[in-house]
Amino acid sequence: MGLAGYLIVAAILFALGIACTVARKNVIYVLMGIELILNAANLNLVAFSRFVGGLDGQIFAIFSIILAAAEAAVALAIVLNVFGLFDSIRPDDPDLMKE
Amino acid sequence: MELLFFLLFAGLAIAGAVATVWMRYVVHSAFALMGTFLGVAGLYVLLGADFLAITQILIYVGGILVLILFGIMLTPPDRTERNAKRVIGFSASLVAIALFLAVQIGSVVRWAEKSNLEAPKATAAPIGRELLRPDGYLIPFELVSVVLLVALIGSVFIARRRKAVRVDDSSTAAILAERGTLQQKAGA
Amino acid sequence: MLASFSGFLSVAAATAVQHADAGHAAAAAAAGPHWGFTDQDMMRLLAVPLLPLFAYLIQIFIGRKLPRQGDWLLTGAMFCGLGLALYEFAKCLGAWSPDFQVSSRAMGLGWKFLSSTETSLGQPVPNVIAGILYDNLSAAMLVVVTLVSSLVHLFSMGYMHGDSRYNVFFANISLFSFAMLGLVLSDNLVFFFVFWELMGLCSYLLIGHFYYKDSARKACVKAFLTTRVGDTLLMIGLFILWNQFGTLSFTELYGKVEQLVVAEGGWPLWLTVAGLLVFCGTIGKSAQFPLHVWLPDAMEGPTPVSAMIHAATMVAAGVYLVGRAFPFLSPDARLVVALVGSFTGIFAATIGICANDIKKVLAYSTISQLGFMVAGIGVGGVSAGLFHMITHACFKACLFLGSGSVIHAVHTQDMREMGGLRKKMPVTYLTMLVSTLAIAGVPLFAGFYSKDAILAKAVERALLDGHWWYWLPVGFLFTAAGITAFYMFRLVHMTFHGEPRDREKFDHAHESGPTMAIPLIVLGFLAVICGYGYHHGIPNVWPEHGGWFQELWRDPVPHEIAHKLAGAHIHDAAHVEHVQHLAHNSAMMGSLAVAGLGILLSCAFYLWRKLDAAAWARTFGPVYTLVLNKYYVDEFYSKTAIAGTFLVSKVSSLFDKYVVDGVVNGVGRTMRGISGGSAAFDRVVVDGAVNFAGLGTQAVGSVLRLLQSGRIQQYVTLSVIGLVLLLAVLILR
Repeated sequence: MGLAGYLIVAAILFALGIACTVARKNVIYVLMGIELILNAANLNLVAFSRFVGGLDGQIFAIFSIILAAAEAAVALAIVLNVFGLFDSIRPDDPDLMKE
Repeated sequence: MELLFFLLFAGLAIAGAVATVWMRYVVHSAFALMGTFLGVAGLYVLLGADFLAITQILIYVGGILVLILFGIMLTPPDRTERNAKRVIGFSASLVAIALFLAVQIGSVVRWAEKSNLEAPKATAAPIGRELLRPDGYLIPFELVSVVLLVALIGSVFIARRRKAVRVDDSSTAAILAERGTLQQKAGA
Repeated sequence: MLASFSGFLSVAAATAVQHADAGHAAAAAAAGPHWGFTDQDMMRLLAVPLLPLFAYLIQIFIGRKLPRQGDWLLTGAMFCGLGLALYEFAKCLGAWSPDFQVSSRAMGLGWKFLSSTETSLGQPVPNVIAGILYDNLSAAMLVVVTLVSSLVHLFSMGYMHGDSRYNVFFANISLFSFAMLGLVLSDNLVFFFVFWELMGLCSYLLIGHFYYKDSARKACVKAFLTTRVGDTLLMIGLFILWNQFGTLSFTELYGKVEQLVVAEGGWPLWLTVAGLLVFCGTIGKSAQFPLHVWLPDAMEGPTPVSAMIHAATMVAAGVYLVGRAFPFLSPDARLVVALVGSFTGIFAATIGICANDIKKVLAYSTISQLGFMVAGIGVGGVSAGLFHMITHACFKACLFLGSGSVIHAVHTQDMREMGGLRKKMPVTYLTMLVSTLAIAGVPLFAGFYSKDAILAKAVERALLDGHWWYWLPVGFLFTAAGITAFYMFRLVHMTFHGEPRDREKFDHAHESGPTMAIPLIVLGFLAVICGYGYHHGIPNVWPEHGGWFQELWRDPVPHEIAHKLAGAHIHDAAHVEHVQHLAHNSAMMGSLAVAGLGILLSCAFYLWRKLDAAAWARTFGPVYTLVLNKYYVDEFYSKTAIAGTFLVSKVSSLFDKYVVDGVVNGVGRTMRGISGGSAAFDRVVVDGAVNFAGLGTQAVGSVLRLLQSGRIQQYVTLSVIGLVLLLAVLILR
């Protein structure tokens, strides 16, 4: 299977990740959607690394996985905090900034 | 044979992603997400990135997914939030746009794809050497460890249990209190 | 790309940068042995901004646990910085040359970043080397900034005592000083801009220090957003310069601009535009006319912060920017600079007459004095303008700290409730009186020399150029000088002289403690002496030298004058010298006359009570109302710019609600419709009509509602739409 197949899979994952981030009204879904997006990006990096040569793509994917882990931890903390403060995990509810 | 495995793993990844978006219960979505992670790990194996495949399973499935499950456990279920029309509309339109753009880009951009690539070898050792080589990725590697530490401390700090919002601290408390009364009025 | 990224990080670790730029090597050779400056000197200079930064970092992490909440640490760091700055300043004076310039680039030091091995269109991609530029101007600025901020630190120990966020306050003013010091030492506009923005952030944090006060919250947002307008334009100016010259280093820009002007025989229009855009940054930061509205509101911050902003940091940065940018401002741009500056001078001065809040009077006087500096630079007197900035830093810091001392004593800012404080607070009274004499331009005090230099330059410029519009700044500036003298003495009379108007507050008042008195005394002393040596040397100390300011800061000669001098134009050297002499004499006479008039009038109104201020205000009824309301500039902005922003956000919210969501819903419905039959089409049409009717109703019903949607997912949707559009444009191009 050539490069194109992997890129198409990644494009579909990316699109579904955005849809998951945008379409569902639950902050946990936003987190999951972001993970999907990151996975799609990583798949692109690794595929290019395989078909263009060199290890840079894989190393970048490793960094991206590490940062995804950090992001998930912080995001979860924020979600719990928001839930504690607003008693809701709908992303539209915390809108104090607009007052 | 390789094509068969590609289709298998790609199908697993995409099916998992679709199920993630679609499922009514967030727990089901989280488990469907595991399918995507495993499928992507399989694709990594096919791409000769054995170290990454293991890392993917360890960190995504073993770490991030568990974190998400904790998040689900600590927040109440919301069975009414899914708007089927909205979900189908977004998913279908976004996938269509992505595929369209992918095909367009694929027909315009010419990648430096190499035809005579050697078969992939074990990557763990070269990656390790590259990460610790001073003029390779040593400094980003160290920096990312600092980032992890900061994220760890930061998330503990943000999520720590705190007393009720201090009233003299900011107007947030006042606004929240006002809202609470409004909601109570609406409820009554 | 990947290689360049890792390259950036690895080079970031090493400070030494080799660069094989041939032109640079030649320039370095011509500059000689770096005026005896070594790597150690560079490290000392680097330490001046880094000391407050480290103190800040320690303070935010463990400040609360330290004894006295860590104020000694930050104050100590600032005083160490002052010591280092003075040491290097002595070395700079030792060199005693107008060409004195040490830069880390010429010495092969620096921190290279954004470097890349890639090429663009066959040319190597230009990169940025962060470094230090230390010349006579930075040397003097460094001393002034460290001096004022260490005194402000000291003053705050008394003034902020007992504040609930004492430690945070100290951390923030340290960061503020760090940003200003970094800005002064930067040798390129990239880092200049970074520190510039950092200062915007610090001003936001400090103005909003009393964030539980509604007015303070509004003021800090206003300051941040108003300066942001200028900053955006400044950034566009930087883009133009970078695009055209491929560098943003000051020294390289000067050289390239000169080459360009000589080669083209004139100033291209885009360079004028770029210069004006850069000046817009100054308009925002230094509160020049259209964007001056944030500065009076910034008085909501604690008084030491006002002293910092007005004397040492924020607004001085803007003036410093025009001074640094002067060589690449075209003559047209300079004329605009002069007009904006002088108009601001008179505009703010008139508002100062009617203000009753002691800090507001000082705020408008700052705007007016900033106008003087900017106008001075605009008419070609760069050294005069920057000199005024330095003297102004001394006496304005003193005035602000003095007003802080007064407010601390009587717990009000309204001058109508003060009076007679002279007997209760002798130290404050004397230092403030001295500073007022300085700002009013009374001879032998610092402000006289610098203001006189600016006025002389303006007159000289008008005489040399001969166009009538060059006389506009002259008229504005002289009037403003007179008004300044008037309202500053009004302040002194209302606060310190006469009978106490509020007996209770008067009895309560007392002189402030030593941490607040010492900075006042030091600054008051400087307000007297720091003007000396502008024109003349100090005979017994440096018999061989003339005035340090004029010998060390030669004004860059504008190209057109240089050309005229070279050609057979009537402006030969003797004529120029004659005009300079004439201008100087007339400016001195004029400024003495207007200052004296202003002081006499203020005495007549407020000390001797020969004239009745209230009656005069009634006589000039409409004008008085207009000025009292600050010419309604704030109201104008809230009716136009702010309402416009709200309208745009409202419209985009409606767009999102009906168009974006509508498209998405439409796709969903279509998908269903394929499976579900023809009923869906009907619903789309009906729903669409209903939605349209709803849109009309809602648009009318909620036009005045303030709407920022605050919906995260909508933002994501919009950015995805933007991405798709960009990609589509790239593909279909």
